Amino acid sequence: MNPSNYLVLSALLFSIGAVGVLVRRNALVVFMCVELMLNASNLAFVTFARTTGTLDGQVTAFFVMVVAAAEVVVGLAIIMLIYRSRRSASVDDASLLRL
Amino acid sequence: MTTTSVPVLAGAVLSEQVPVAAEGVFSLIWLLIAFPLAGAAVLLLVGRRGDSWGHVLGTLTVLSSFIVATFLFVSVVGLGPEERAVQQTLYEFLAVGGYTVQVGLLLDQLSMAFVLLITGVGTLIFVYSMGYMQHDERRRRFFGYLNLFVASMLLLVLASDYLILYVGWEGVGLASYLLIGFWQHKPSAATAAKKAFVVNRVGDVGMSLAIMVSFAAVGTSEILAVTGAADRMSTQWLTAIGLLLLLAACGKSAQVPLQSWLLDAMEGPTPVSALIHAATMVTAGVYLVVRSGPIYEAAPVARNAVIVVGTVTLLFGAIIGTAKDDIKKALAASTMSQIGYMMLAAGLGPVGYVFAIFHLLAHGFFKANLFLGSGSVMHAMDDEVDMRHYGALRRVMPWTFVTFTVGYLAILGVPPFSGFWSKDKIIEVAFDTSTVAGVAALLGAGVTAFYMTRVMLMTWFSDKRWREGAHPHESPPIMVGPLVALAFLSLVGGAMELKGMPGGGIEAWLDPVTGYRETEHLLPTALYPVITLTVVAIGAVGAWLVFGREPVPVVPPVGSPLTRAARRDLYGDAFNEAVFMRPGQYLTRTLVYLDGRGIDGAVNGVAAGIGGLSARGRRVQTGFVRSYALAMLGGAVFVVAALLLVRI
Repeated sequence: MNPSNYLVLSALLFSIGAVGVLVRRNALVVFMCVELMLNASNLAFVTFARTTGTLDGQVTAFFVMVVAAAEVVVGLAIIMLIYRSRRSASVDDASLLRL
Repeated sequence: MTTTSVPVLAGAVLSEQVPVAAEGVFSLIWLLIAFPLAGAAVLLLVGRRGDSWGHVLGTLTVLSSFIVATFLFVSVVGLGPEERAVQQTLYEFLAVGGYTVQVGLLLDQLSMAFVLLITGVGTLIFVYSMGYMQHDERRRRFFGYLNLFVASMLLLVLASDYLILYVGWEGVGLASYLLIGFWQHKPSAATAAKKAFVVNRVGDVGMSLAIMVSFAAVGTSEILAVTGAADRMSTQWLTAIGLLLLLAACGKSAQVPLQSWLLDAMEGPTPVSALIHAATMVTAGVYLVVRSGPIYEAAPVARNAVIVVGTVTLLFGAIIGTAKDDIKKALAASTMSQIGYMMLAAGLGPVGYVFAIFHLLAHGFFKANLFLGSGSVMHAMDDEVDMRHYGALRRVMPWTFVTFTVGYLAILGVPPFSGFWSKDKIIEVAFDTSTVAGVAALLGAGVTAFYMTRVMLMTWFSDKRWREGAHPHESPPIMVGPLVALAFLSLVGGAMELKGMPGGGIEAWLDPVTGYRETEHLLPTALYPVITLTVVAIGAVGAWLVFGREPVPVVPPVGSPLTRAARRDLYGDAFNEAVFMRPGQYLTRTLVYLDGRGIDGAVNGVAAGIGGLSARGRRVQTGFVRSYALAMLGGAVFVVAALLLVRI
């Protein structure tokens, strides 16, 4: 088992997620891409934990999962409210928070 | 070589008289101030309800003070010379660490003389004012202010601590301001009041600094403690205190260089001019110098400065007096000049203190008399003050004429009138110390005779030059009464010097405070009156030659350069304007400019710069979440790249 494979996979997933956040307008898709990035980093954490033989990376991965779960709850609620009021889930439409 | 009269304690160095605590009748000292102060409070707070009786209450409070003062004087006279100083501590004003200020009243021989003058002459002027201000609708307020003045003046002369004296000092300044500007509907009166206030403030700075310096040097501001420590202090401290006190005295007593306010102060009602600007307040400077005598004794520089100020002022005022057509301004210039005499005497040290106070008291009588006389004339002539529109009033107003003449003879120093005894002594001792001062004092006596004779001729003699519609008449008895009383005092005031008087004559009376020293005279004593009277006669005859032989022109002639200079107060105002006002205005304008452009410019510039920057910076906030995400990602990539680069 070569850990660099996992890391490459992790980088690949992270890049896909990042590009997805930047190029997609639908808030749900953006949200899913964010989750992809989080899980890519989780994969990297776990890989490093296995490589070094310590538990720190795994513990961190659990933390990330917990935070991601909380984030999903809040984020989906926000997206739903925006959709209800504007009949659209496009992140570019919700650009009122500026001067 | 001859000597002047020898008082009881002749030759004593400045005394170390220790005041005793007030007991028995002397615990009434505070009543002296409380009466007029209560009067002022009632009159100023009661409102219109007091309009009908306010003036009576005002007069009664001062009369009550006078009765208390007389009572105290009689009690004091009964004691031995050593026990005549009484101190009453009322309460503690403030205590900071080791520095305590007690509100204490010190009634010694010096303050007793002032208390009697203030309350006595004050009562007469109050009575006169009842007639003079009869038709003024703000009469109650006038008497309230006058009461406030009397209370402050009494506090000034009775205070046992310089800081408390300062309270009275400011109080009389305030009352003076309010009363000069009493007819504030006249712009000239309002301006004069402001001028008096501002010029006095210059002197007051000296007073407050003197208190601070004495505190720094001695650790207390109690008068007797400071003067008692004079022989232990260094000369620099003493000179500083002396000069600062002199500055204060110059402001209050209208001495050169702070003389300019007094002539304008004549805008106030005439009783005010008589009480405040002739008899009492303007002599506060002399009181201050005499009270602080030991300081000047030990600081020759400051003492000489007092002599110079006195000598310059006595000539300065006298010269201005010769050209003024306004009767009150002529008398005001004369006041300035006479206070110059007192200052000169006070500057001469223990040989002169007694005569400074003696002349001060005599001057209080005859100058109040002259001012009230001029007020009586103005009253009769519809408030006309220009002497060129007077003339031939002696038959119309015989009482005023006679009393004015007594005042005239007194100020000239004709025996046996009071001015002769006091002024002659000052000239004598001035000659002993400095020939220049002596000659100046002698010359001043001649010029005094000149301008006073001019006032006499233009007002009472010569031809009628009245304005149309003028119907002069003698003033009512309530005004003539005080005139007669003051004329009587001007006539017999010289008797204060007699040994048979209660207290043993003024020299022996004041000796425990001022420490009188006899001096050897340059010339035989008998010669001085002869010389002085000759000079006075020359001055008076000179005035008659100039003004008495021909009709007085109604329009003032152009006159000599000196006359024109004197008409313009010897360019005192022009000097102030050129040296202080204009450069001051330029300075303030420059400062305003620097403040506006420099300091405000820097502050506002920084604010505007930050505002501009942030206006540009806010364009970054587009509201598009994806652009923010790109910025974050770019930043993260940048950080990672930087870390990798550093590691490599």
